[in-house]
Amino acid sequence: MTQEFEFGEEIVALRAMVREFCAEQAPESTVRTAMESELGHDPALWRRFGSELGVFGLAVPESDGGDGAGLVPHAVVVEEFGAALVCGPTLGALCLALPALIALPDAQARQDYLPGLIAGELIATLAAPTVHGVFDPEAATVSATTGPGGWTLSGGLAHVPDGASADILLVPARTQEGLALFAVERGAAGLAHTDLFTMDRTRRQATFELADTPARLVADEVAAPAVCARAVRVATALLAVSQVGGAQRMLDVTVQHVRTRIQFGQAVGAFQAVKHRCANMLMEVEQARSAAYHAVWALDSDSEIDDPDLAVALAKAVASDAFTSITRAAIQLHGGIGFTWEGSPQLYFKRATADLVTLGTGTEQVENVARLVLDRRVAAANVPEPTLT
Amino acid sequence: MFYMPSIAVQTTPDAAMVEQAARTVVTRHPPGSVPLTELMGAWYDAGLTWVHFPQGLGGMEAPRQLQPLANRIMREAGGPEPRTVNTIGYGIVAGTIRRYASPEFAAQLLRPLATGEEKWCQLFSEPGAGSDLAGLATRAVREGDGWRVNGQKVWNSLAHISRWAVLLARTDPDVPKHKGLTYFILDMHSPGVDVRPLRQLTGRAQFNEVFLDDVLIPDTQRLGDVGSGWFVANSTLADERTSLGERVVARGSGAIGDAVQLWVDHPANQSPALRERLARLWVRSEAHRLTIERARIAATTGTVGPESAITKLAGSELTQAVYEFCIEFLAAQGALMDTYAPDAVDDESGPNGIQRRYLRSRATTLEGGTSEIMRNVIGERVLKLPQELRNDKTVPWRDVPR
Ligand SMILES: Cc1cc2nc3c(=O)[nH]c(=O)nc-3n(C[C@H](O)[C@H](O)[C@H](O)COP(=O)(O)OP(=O)(O)OC[C@H]3O[C@@H](n4cnc5c(N)ncnc54)[C@H](O)[C@@H]3O)c2cc1C
Repeated sequence: MTQEFEFGEEIVALRAMVREFCAEQAPESTVRTAMESELGHDPALWRRFGSELGVFGLAVPESDGGDGAGLVPHAVVVEEFGAALVCGPTLGALCLALPALIALPDAQARQDYLPGLIAGELIATLAAPTVHGVFDPEAATVSATTGPGGWTLSGGLAHVPDGASADILLVPARTQEGLALFAVERGAAGLAHTDLFTMDRTRRQATFELADTPARLVADEVAAPAVCARAVRVATALLAVSQVGGAQRMLDVTVQHVRTRIQFGQAVGAFQAVKHRCANMLMEVEQARSAAYHAVWALDSDSEIDDPDLAVALAKAVASDAFTSITRAAIQLHGGIGFTWEGSPQLYFKRATADLVTLGTGTEQVENVARLVLDRRVAAANVPEPTLT
Repeated sequence: MFYMPSIAVQTTPDAAMVEQAARTVVTRHPPGSVPLTELMGAWYDAGLTWVHFPQGLGGMEAPRQLQPLANRIMREAGGPEPRTVNTIGYGIVAGTIRRYASPEFAAQLLRPLATGEEKWCQLFSEPGAGSDLAGLATRAVREGDGWRVNGQKVWNSLAHISRWAVLLARTDPDVPKHKGLTYFILDMHSPGVDVRPLRQLTGRAQFNEVFLDDVLIPDTQRLGDVGSGWFVANSTLADERTSLGERVVARGSGAIGDAVQLWVDHPANQSPALRERLARLWVRSEAHRLTIERARIAATTGTVGPESAITKLAGSELTQAVYEFCIEFLAAQGALMDTYAPDAVDDESGPNGIQRRYLRSRATTLEGGTSEIMRNVIGERVLKLPQELRNDKTVPWRDVPR
């Protein structure tokens, strides 16, 4: 594993490769076609990312058919997807389901799902119960019962990322003993979904109803909470990285625009009001990048550089602020074009809005930071001194 | 409540007269049961459309600050917020017509404007001239009793449904840019006017590109002198800023009203951090509203100057901040919509009305002059600070880099 913030040659090459592939295969025109389509993405293109480009298995251990390269290169892929607004189940499959599957103690389950996911053939998502962006088993809305025919699930799931395109739905559900994790196949009996009309058409969501739906147990009550908690943390850090990707792209596009747009006989970027706002945008994206990658490194296997919960909350809080603020500035500095459907800023602005309220809003993550830093300090200060007698 | 300035001339209508006139109209023409045009026509004839305008032109020469009183009576009787009948006509155009058109021409234009029968749009911005409006390139060339106009306009709200437009065009490219502009009224049905809708971030197609190809305008439709278009346009822009900035009339209405209602409706989403944020927004909104009230009481003439930039700037940025709050407060629900259809009814209603308003709010710091330009106006024209170095003000327009 590399030292924190050390982006070695391989990472740089990987980034360049993914960026180039996105530019060629998923330019904005492709994004717009995909986002107007019913499914919201092109499954053939998704498979090409998985097989031809081969970047879905970077974080998967070699023993499970992946590259065993860790979370950092995986994050780089997600960042570039965020920069290009690649349509597809990035959030559901690459950010949520993948880390959950990797963490499964059940080797058979890993073997059954990971290779397909890596190849882009199988789409999975995780419907993790969360409160303020943190995994919370108490928030589970599905219950599981076992009988002669195996397990069945009943309940409802709201706002499941990429739900409609998922072949496999990973569902944490309440059992007699606690919370276990189940896999539900698309088309299973008693499973019904409704597509939601998302503001950001490049990121889809669905709600599900389960009524005695047959399911496979993939992690029992002992393993499931840790698997889910891990997946939510990783997904949140990756989402922050994706926000950084989008924010950087908007900064680049905006700087290019104000450099060439002439008003009052000069480029508008010459006006300090514009220049200073661009400088602020850069500052924000750089800070978000630091916080987001810090979280990724903190979550990478056996690193102990920080409390992972704190690193993740920090990342999501900072990146949410940066991405929303930068996309608002992008609209503003583009002038009228920024308010058109045809201009790029609106796409990123809607993505920033969606990301802001996914896996804990910016404000909720700030609240998490307060809990982990301030409340802990107060608690520590209130511990009575051991009395000597 | 407020100290009203004493009324010098006996004939100046007071609050009681305005109120009585308004009640008479809504009693004789009950909103909802008579056609809108009848209601608004009677409103106009009674001098209630713009109470400070002259009689016969939709006013009664009453103090301007009595307008909200009249509008409130209309609202309480179930009638529309009057400006919504013809947004650009009421908020942007009417004042300029009153100030610069001949009384006969004004009378001909203002009644159908007031009733909403003839919609209006503003043909100012161009692809090469947005913030730098005075740099525009659309040419008007003298021809007989009129003008021949060629050029392209852009971002023109409601041009696709408008019968009339106010148009700013260049009549002399050889003088510095502010001096070579002239202001016209254009019949949008004239040959050579081609309107093409543009789709907005909200999905709707509410603004347009307008191509002007050898369009003829009679000289009688010129407002102000040849070459004084910039001066006339500034009066239009000031009215626009005022109308954009002054929409909030009652405490707790408008954007902040939406946010407070949302707060009440979703107790499960409440948190101390969001509570404090909303309270701060409420404080800002109320300070903004009171500033508008104060300005309204101070303005006796109905003429508005660069100060209008202050309410425009404050109001637009506040609106955005309030809807940003709303989306975060709604959490996952905040990122849902129902449709992006270009012909969706409006930017307000439906199950996702808050989300629509959030999207629409991004325009408020652009339309009617951007926030950056508002700050320049406040800095330079109100505070009289020196201008940034400019290379485009003294040279002939044709020599300015573009
Ligand atoms: C929804 C909507 C409706 C509109 N309706 C109409 C309409 O009906 N009729 C009409 O004529 N126009 C209309 N407009 C156009 C609007 O007035 C212009 O978009 C606006 O003036 C900005 O011009 P621009 O788009 O060319 O941006 P630009 O002028 O290119 O501005 C780009 C960026 O540079 C900044 N900038 C430019 N100059 C300076 C400076 N000197 N100092 C600091 N910053 C600067 C701007 O603030 C902006 O952030 C509408 C716009 C919108 C968004």
